[in-house]
Amino acid sequence: MKARVHVMLKNGVLDPQGEAVRHALGAMGFEGVNAVRQGKLIELDLAEGVTEADVTEMCEKLLANTVIESYRVELI
Amino acid sequence: MRAAVVVFPGSNCDRDLAVAFEAVGFQVSMVWHKETGLPSGVDIVGIPGGFSYGDYLRCGAIAARSPICGAITAHAGRGGHVLGICNGFQVLTETGILPGALLRNAGLKYICRTVELEVVARETVFTAGYRPGEVVRFPIAHHDGNYVADDETLARLRGEDRIAFTYRDNPNGSRADIAGVLSANRRVLGMMPHPERAADAGHGGTDGAALFAGLAQALAPV
Repeated sequence: MKARVHVMLKNGVLDPQGEAVRHALGAMGFEGVNAVRQGKLIELDLAEGVTEADVTEMCEKLLANTVIESYRVELI
Repeated sequence: MRAAVVVFPGSNCDRDLAVAFEAVGFQVSMVWHKETGLPSGVDIVGIPGGFSYGDYLRCGAIAARSPICGAITAHAGRGGHVLGICNGFQVLTETGILPGALLRNAGLKYICRTVELEVVARETVFTAGYRPGEVVRFPIAHHDGNYVADDETLARLRGEDRIAFTYRDNPNGSRADIAGVLSANRRVLGMMPHPERAADAGHGGTDGAALFAGLAQALAPV
């Protein structure tokens, strides 16, 4: 099994990198981009028996800093 | 008086911090991150600046889960003193010992220059060497020093006089100009600026020396 962990800054936490990307897109002539949020995608290749609950625990303890980030686990 | 300075792969201010502790009379042990315990009788743990684990994942994130951090958390839990500078501050927020988090600088640039700070918190061994409101000049050198905390945390920090230092001219977007914060028991300080790089005349400034001298005076056996 594989898991994809999507980590994003929480709403309300300013994302200066996303903002810089938005500016660059505007400067390149792409119009209509109201906001950009930049996150991380972490892929885990998991052995038999590892559960979604295990992955959630990994997120809580290391993969995301829940003070500033939210996460979503996707099993594939 | 004994100090322990933690060394992670990628630490680069560990020896500077050790020299600053030694200069005021601490006996210093360097402690590798794979150790599971601190040397006995340690009065203060220093977590130095640098780029522990290459800043992978998030600054300080992997260091905060290394074996020695379990011992540091236990030391802090027993009321022990801890000083985390720059990457050390990031490690302390990642362990949860200090509140908030440090994000990429608002201007996105790595900033390396000397800045003016105001000494804010009173009644802490870390600012004992300064007058309240005193303005000091410490170097900063970081890419991720933009301190964030939610409204509730900020109100608590203010209400409990736990903001140790503020920037006079905010370089990185930190909320409320915060440059360093204290734990609830006032014995753990995390700060982005580098007092250990302003502790000797050869550094070009000595404003940081009073921080270490104040610590030594406060922690000296009576």
